[in-house]
Amino acid sequence: MTDRFMLSRRQLLKTSAAGAALGLASASFPISRAFAAAATVGFIYVGPKDDYGYNQAHAEGAAALKGIEGISIVEEENVPETVDVQKTMESMINLDGASLIFPTSFGYFDPHMLAMCAKFPDVQFRHCGGMWNKDKHPMNAGSYFGYIGMGQYLNGVVAGHTSKTKKLGFVAAKPIPQVLLNINSFLLGARSVDPTITCQVIFTGEWSLAVKEAEATNALVDQGIDVVTCHVDSPKVVVETAAGRGAFVCGYHANQSPLAPEKYLTGAEWNWAKVYKMFVDDLVAGKPLPNFTRGGLADGFVKMSPLGPAVSEAARKQFDATLAEMTKGGFSVIKGPLKSNMGAVVATEGQAFAETAIELESMDYLVEGVVGSTA
Amino acid sequence: MTDTVAGAGVPATFGARGYPAALEWIARRAEAFVIPLAALVVGMALFSLFILAVGKSPVQLYETMWRGGFGSWFSIQNSLSRSSPLLLAALCVALPARLGLVVIGGEGAIVLGGVAAAAIGVVLSGAPSFIVILAMGVAGMIAGGIWIGAVGALRHYRAVNETISSLLMAYIAIALMNQLVEGPLRDPASLNKPSTHPLADVYRIGNIPGMEVHWGLAVGVLACVLSWVLIEKTRWGFAARIAGGNVRAAQVQGLAVGSLIVGFTGLAGAFTGLAGMLEVAAVQGSANASLAAGYGYTGILVAFLARHNPLAIIPVAFLLGGIDASGGLIQRRMDLPDATVLVLQGMLFIVILFSETFYGRFKAFNPDLWQRSS
Repeated sequence: MTDRFMLSRRQLLKTSAAGAALGLASASFPISRAFAAAATVGFIYVGPKDDYGYNQAHAEGAAALKGIEGISIVEEENVPETVDVQKTMESMINLDGASLIFPTSFGYFDPHMLAMCAKFPDVQFRHCGGMWNKDKHPMNAGSYFGYIGMGQYLNGVVAGHTSKTKKLGFVAAKPIPQVLLNINSFLLGARSVDPTITCQVIFTGEWSLAVKEAEATNALVDQGIDVVTCHVDSPKVVVETAAGRGAFVCGYHANQSPLAPEKYLTGAEWNWAKVYKMFVDDLVAGKPLPNFTRGGLADGFVKMSPLGPAVSEAARKQFDATLAEMTKGGFSVIKGPLKSNMGAVVATEGQAFAETAIELESMDYLVEGVVGSTA
Repeated sequence: MTDTVAGAGVPATFGARGYPAALEWIARRAEAFVIPLAALVVGMALFSLFILAVGKSPVQLYETMWRGGFGSWFSIQNSLSRSSPLLLAALCVALPARLGLVVIGGEGAIVLGGVAAAAIGVVLSGAPSFIVILAMGVAGMIAGGIWIGAVGALRHYRAVNETISSLLMAYIAIALMNQLVEGPLRDPASLNKPSTHPLADVYRIGNIPGMEVHWGLAVGVLACVLSWVLIEKTRWGFAARIAGGNVRAAQVQGLAVGSLIVGFTGLAGAFTGLAGMLEVAAVQGSANASLAAGYGYTGILVAFLARHNPLAIIPVAFLLGGIDASGGLIQRRMDLPDATVLVLQGMLFIVILFSETFYGRFKAFNPDLWQRSS
């Protein structure tokens, strides 16, 4: 092994100056192997760990594992959904000895994670997004996801009480089912306060595109919208832009209140610490890890940011009451009679879809009251 | 080779004065290696200062980089696999550069090449795999070729700045891809990640035997070699270099500058479109937003570091692939952010651009000057 290492280094020395400098470095200092832990768990993020959003939510979950005896955490950020993520997983397995990997971005699943599952049958992979299907996918793969639409409904309740103009705004990445459910939930939460409220949505087309997010937020505020929320990977730009223009904001993914302490009302946050601890506890106990895991507010998979200083007493009351009802279980955001904003009936009188309803996962409409179009 | 040197006007006594011909031969070529390597070392030394400033050990950093990018067969394959799209993406910059054009919109050719390939792959589904893969390659090359060729045509016929137009057209290409992938070409089953219909396994491109790197690497190396032959060994390449040196002189000589510009930009785009096709056929299995992974932009860095020499692109792409591969290990072992390797890339880029000013300034590399001063 050592011989091969030396040989390949010599070959490279001939062609690469970096090789020359690095070779000197490695000749005089031994490689550190600080991984004596019982198990190494790898986390892979598509964006920066401190994005105040999707990736930060996962990184906070990973950080919650750091005290657990015998568990060592390795993390890599800004990994694109290409062959890079496959190599990152391999590198975590080969060089760090990872036995459980969480590739957290939706686009990592197919084909990247599945390719690694086939290649490393002894390593466990759990993916955020809920795509795992026992008929199609291997048993060392799995999915976990949270019903965060409920959180957006609660955001809507507070927004509905706070808005003076009765016009809300939503900056969204792409018109896909998960995002549409969040937009619809936000508006329906607000309409539970005042049925005349409308919500203007702007799709930026990308998960992370700061310039367009800022333009969209400004455009919303220009129209007289006074509460804004979003579903993009990093809500930082939306929150700062909206608050800078004097609008209130509801957060998403993580807690953005440090960015706008006065204007931040509340936010729908992931609580991945709960989920990751669950998996790692099973790992430590030697139990098989679940393949398909989902939960909502009641299960602690999703949580709300603490209410901000601008939230009125009436808003707080309804927020608490709705949250209590949701925690009991069986709460339905989408319930009849309900029409889409194109006039189609999406739920008839008496029809209700609980958060677990499979129909919600192929949502392709915006409800009445949302101003905007899915195409 | 000594004939060439003597023919270039060197006094006949030169060889007799004690400089072996071999030494001259080496000296004339050493410049192209010594200056970039020295720049690389200076860049790494500057980066060491940066690492010291953030309180980490540069020695540990370079040791980790070596281990993550080059230190084992696994790491080398990791680097090679990351470098393979960069080979083709860099040609999008390097080929037009020989005509004096700065084209930076390769990303557009990659995404459209990928979409075109995925669309053809789905349309021809059921046909023999050889034909389908060939058709996908051709479709990717045509899409990329038209896109970047249009940049060249705008430059030549309408005097539109090619740097700006290629960048803006890359944005248009990405928007077009999103429109197609989320609209007419969408597989309805791809709910939360809009994609084209997946390619059947028989239409996928596998790995090079004995390696865990897909065939795109071999295609990229071949494309670089062919580009080098085109530029250095053919009359078109010669004409392109003339036009790149002085476009008026080229026109006076009767060279078809317009055809050269459109041809070279089109070829550059075709190679880069092929990179998109390879991403679809070898990696993704369908076209979706993951195609816009930034290879087109890293390709700019590779081409400039290689001084637009297609052969030099090969080692430079490997070096950057290695830096990229080691970036992960640096994050995991040293708790440094991902931006660390971007800082290194930026420093290397600036130092190497700066080093351009040193060419022709060192007597050691120019045997013609040895006699006069000694």
